[in-house]
Amino acid sequence: MSEKILMCGNEALSEAAIIAGVDAYFGYPITPQNEVPAYMARRMPQEGRVFLQSESELAAINMVFGAAAAGKLAMTSSSSPGISLMQEGISYMCAAQMPAVVVNVMRGGPGLGNISPSQGDYFQATRGGGHGDYRTIVLAPGSVQEMADLTHKAFELADLYRIVVMVLADGLLGQMMEPITLDHLKPIKTKAKPWALTGAKGRKQNIIKTLLLQGNELEVLNLKLQEVYRQIGDEQTRYDTYQVEDADIILVAYGITSKITRAAVSKARQKGIKAGWVRPITLWPFPSKVLTELAKEPRIFLAVEMSNGQMVEDVRLAVGGGGPVLFYGRAGGAVPTVDEVLEHIEKIMLPEVMKKA
Amino acid sequence: MQKVFERTPSIKECHTHYCPGCGHGIVHRLVAETIDELGIHDRTIGIAPVGCAVLAYNYMDVDMVEVPHGRAPAVATGIKRVLPGNIVFSYQGDGDLASIGAAEILHATHRAENLTVIFVNNAVYGMTGGQMAPTTLNDQVTSTSPQGRTVKHDGYPLQVSEILAVLPGSIYIERCSVYNPAQVRKTKKAIQKAFQLQIDGAEGLSLVEVLSPCPTYWRKSPVQAMKWIEQEMTKVFPLGCIKDTTL
Ligand SMILES: Cc1ncc(C[n+]2csc(CCOP(=O)(O)OP(=O)(O)O)c2C)c(N)n1
Repeated sequence: MSEKILMCGNEALSEAAIIAGVDAYFGYPITPQNEVPAYMARRMPQEGRVFLQSESELAAINMVFGAAAAGKLAMTSSSSPGISLMQEGISYMCAAQMPAVVVNVMRGGPGLGNISPSQGDYFQATRGGGHGDYRTIVLAPGSVQEMADLTHKAFELADLYRIVVMVLADGLLGQMMEPITLDHLKPIKTKAKPWALTGAKGRKQNIIKTLLLQGNELEVLNLKLQEVYRQIGDEQTRYDTYQVEDADIILVAYGITSKITRAAVSKARQKGIKAGWVRPITLWPFPSKVLTELAKEPRIFLAVEMSNGQMVEDVRLAVGGGGPVLFYGRAGGAVPTVDEVLEHIEKIMLPEVMKKA
Repeated sequence: MQKVFERTPSIKECHTHYCPGCGHGIVHRLVAETIDELGIHDRTIGIAPVGCAVLAYNYMDVDMVEVPHGRAPAVATGIKRVLPGNIVFSYQGDGDLASIGAAEILHATHRAENLTVIFVNNAVYGMTGGQMAPTTLNDQVTSTSPQGRTVKHDGYPLQVSEILAVLPGSIYIERCSVYNPAQVRKTKKAIQKAFQLQIDGAEGLSLVEVLSPCPTYWRKSPVQAMKWIEQEMTKVFPLGCIKDTTL
């Protein structure tokens, strides 16, 4: 039988990273993810692995770069302002195809903002975030259990595709506690890394670089990256659905808002409104196909976010002309309640029901 | 016939992109010779900066990574922490180390990382076209100090080596130059020592600053550039051992 343990999201993801086999953690303090470095500072040395508090997020991501270049599994974690500082390094790492995991426990923004939960970094996370034409895989846990499971998955994907994987959580998921199990998680099987820097012993020199000046070699790299991204889109798109088959209105939400909207959908059903729910688990690649399919029937889509409307743009792209795409959101650290979302569903659906009648 | 000099294996047989009279080529050779003489080729990992030496991996035949501008000490830290048995060095210009990467070198030193840093100070930003660096001398004309650097407007030339020497995390810091053969030999000795300390597992960072010519952006002939180091640059950046805790 699997043992249930009570953990907060930040600790759950930390232990999952250790189980997956992370060799090195580098990070700089920022709320609401401070439980991660505190956990790692205690646990990593116990495992004979590396924990180091860096002087900044700039340094942290570059330490991750170094460890990854040396062929090791490395990670960092931060929250919104710190993730902004890491973007240059993430761009370099994606160009150099360095596997690594970056956790963003989002907080309210812009600016220093506040330390309340937010989903305001969706654009930054799913559009690359730094300079140049690259992507990171973005995983969005919806519970404390998934903070563990998807962080574990993040290492698998990073290693498999030689890419930076971002776990995009928020302050609520980071802080709240739930009973979870970790027994099913095992050390990941890593790929051979003949490209790693280990010293050129008995082989030619290895070079990891991102300056590509000769002829069209930079375009060739770009094409290669795009091919990897296409493959990831085909193989790794993940989502969850609930009561979508007969739904007149489909709520689309990720992370903590997916929990809230799912409860609102159940309540709406009790009131006779045919509501359904789609939860993107990978934000990049975005699960467009399922939405495109669902939009073939006449339906209303409602994106709910803790932002002023970011993911809703991807929902619109997926739905195309297939149906109205509406948005409800709270930003600046505010969290929508179940009743608030329900009220919103009712406001949309009652006139619809009237129209049909 | 007796062979008295040959290319050391860790330097590749190729042309470089460096301008005539540039000092980077000399410093590359000294680093490569050191690596070969100490027998550490098989376990050395180098960090190339953003700057004129960005292509150092095309000339030095060891494992190397090219990193964001100024972040070499952080990347070096990441490598050394996961591969403590390897020899890790960064090779950085003065814009890279003294300006945009000032925090990274300060903190790598402060953490007493067991690293070797080769710091090539040419008093300008070479790669981007000769702009003023923190190390630019007063009155020196650059593209962004067209009337000559003034204290009133840009402050004083920054002496990073002296600053780092204050930190207990630095174990060996020496400032050298390559303006004549005797100085080149001294630089070689310093570089050897900076690597040897890492091999010995000494607890702390070793740094060799090399005053190096940039005839192109100093608007001087290679010979005049060497003279300018000797006569002007060394007044602000005095040569010699700044710190050696191993003595
Ligand atoms: C973040 C960032 N800012 C600016 C640049 C542009 N840049 C490239 S090299 C360089 C200066 C390098 O000067 P230095 O470190 O003194 O080395 P040198 O070229 O003189 O050897 C700058 C500013 C960059 N590549 N990245």
